[in-house]
Amino acid sequence: MSEVKKRAESAQGKKAAYGPDIDLSSFNKNAAPHAYDAKLNSLSEEQKKFMAEVGIIASGGLRSGNFLQMDHSAVNCSAFQMGVEVMSSAEALRKYDGLKEYWWKAIDVITDKYTANAELFFNNGYFIRVEEGIKAKFPVQACLYIGEEGLAQNVHNILIAEEGSELHVITGCTTAPKIKRGLHIGISEFYIKKGAKVTFTMVHNWGEEVVVRPRTAVWVEEGATYNSNFICMKPARSIQMFPSVRLRGENAVTRLNSILVATKGSELDIGGRVVLEARGAKAEILSRTISKGGNIIARGILIGEKTDVKAHLECSGLMLSDEGSIRAIPELDGRVAGVEMSHEAALGKISQEEIEYLMARGLSEREATALIVRGFLRVEMVGLPESLKREIERLVEESEKSLF
Amino acid sequence: MLLDIRELTVEVAGKEILKGVNLQIDQGETHVLFGKNGSGKTSLLMTIMGFSGYKVTEGSIFFKGEDITNFPINERAKRGMGMSFQRPPTIKGVKTIDLIAIFNSDEKSVTEAAESLELTAFLDREINRGFSGGEIKKSELLQLMTQNPDLILLDEPESGVDLENIAMIGRAIKKLLQKSLRRLRVNAGLVITHTGLILNYVEADRGHLLLDGRMRCEGNPREMFATIQKSGYEVCARCQK
Repeated sequence: MSEVKKRAESAQGKKAAYGPDIDLSSFNKNAAPHAYDAKLNSLSEEQKKFMAEVGIIASGGLRSGNFLQMDHSAVNCSAFQMGVEVMSSAEALRKYDGLKEYWWKAIDVITDKYTANAELFFNNGYFIRVEEGIKAKFPVQACLYIGEEGLAQNVHNILIAEEGSELHVITGCTTAPKIKRGLHIGISEFYIKKGAKVTFTMVHNWGEEVVVRPRTAVWVEEGATYNSNFICMKPARSIQMFPSVRLRGENAVTRLNSILVATKGSELDIGGRVVLEARGAKAEILSRTISKGGNIIARGILIGEKTDVKAHLECSGLMLSDEGSIRAIPELDGRVAGVEMSHEAALGKISQEEIEYLMARGLSEREATALIVRGFLRVEMVGLPESLKREIERLVEESEKSLF
Repeated sequence: MLLDIRELTVEVAGKEILKGVNLQIDQGETHVLFGKNGSGKTSLLMTIMGFSGYKVTEGSIFFKGEDITNFPINERAKRGMGMSFQRPPTIKGVKTIDLIAIFNSDEKSVTEAAESLELTAFLDREINRGFSGGEIKKSELLQLMTQNPDLILLDEPESGVDLENIAMIGRAIKKLLQKSLRRLRVNAGLVITHTGLILNYVEADRGHLLLDGRMRCEGNPREMFATIQKSGYEVCARCQK
């Protein structure tokens, strides 16, 4: 048995630092395989519709690459531009001799039982790489889909942006329409090398009883940029994630945006951690949360380790119900002189004055409320091309409809 | 009669603010409301528009012959009422154009109205966010111009506006009130003014004076304003007319 596997075994029962503890044995480990589908013509209209809701274009148009995993099978891996590589992580492990410099390098396999399980019951994931200096013309999309009731899906994803490259990734995580219960563990290790720029947009749309434990770590090197947008507006039983970004090189930049809605029965414990390890590094963490009866914990930690770093953290919450809760926990941790870090946290309600002002223009109370909520959720997403920005705005607007 | 207010008594937070107010405005007329701070002018406009917190305890409001005393705000707006607010709230994340587009889909007329108020650049800005006093007033008028109501309620449209912009605001109000039309004019207005400056730009038909929640006097608006300017509201308080 390999060293990694041995360590993973030792952590199999290790509880996570945050979030309710999940009994992993209650989920199925085995899934029926799905055949490879080079043209994606085996998807039903309903499946396509569900994928579209998380930003995945099943026809593959206007994309530089595509990855689709259904249950445990990589059903489609394609790249449409020279210098852009898309394959399953199982294949990448074979092709690149175990991905020694990347596999379990940014994340420790013994972090908790979820990382340990992802190693012990590995069910694939995506490998995306952009070669040096290549600018991906369109986004690369990756869809992780659960189609079997009660299934555990343990994926391990690797993203490598070589020096000077540029890439937009859209990840859509969703379950089949009929699926209620499932478990998704997603290990994501991203390496953004010198001068590269990556934006990563992830939309979650799960079944009501699905448990989700992503474990994400990103290394950002000198002069590189990593921007992430996470959108989760549909119900899920429990999502706990605390992606960690290390700004390792001078002038590295990151911005983490989250748009979260928790309906009754949903528990979302979502955070962002940025360690500013080099001079001139800049970070921003921004979350917009709405509780409509569900519970949200919005965390954020900025750690300033070198002088001349600058970072800001903002958590805004809106309570739309007397049930549920929002807890905003922003933390700043400065470790040397010359760090500049700040945070704002605010929880509010929709003001009657604003509603009535809009009603005086002829909007009904419902329309006015919806417009105010839409405004609240509108986050300026920097670094995205206009078409992608519109695409994301449309996804958010679609999801808003279910709020009212 | 476009607007017919009869014996209107209004409470705000349990306190009587308006006491048996009567007011009639016909199509095409512009009326001006005078009164010192706290006399109930804004409360009257807010009550006509239907804002919560302004509780009608007696009397009624008829608009186009329909009793709208208990109608929600948006139903009044739909029937042709519009208001420019003195201190409107900021709506975060919502661009001015997003709101306008909901009630007016004619892009050309929106663009023209914005140009006439030199507000084109503001269409893409969040509603009232970081606007100066003058910009707020202009944005309010822009919304009204694109909403095109028959009865226009203006709460101090010129306060906080520099002289350069007052002429522009005056022109916008004239347009809203169809002042270029004579016999065909239908739009009517009720304007609160402190400075009276707006009277230099907009011809008004009738003036009313509110004093401690009661209508005390009415007459030629320019004459009334001249008296108030000369002798203050104290004269009106002593006046036994």
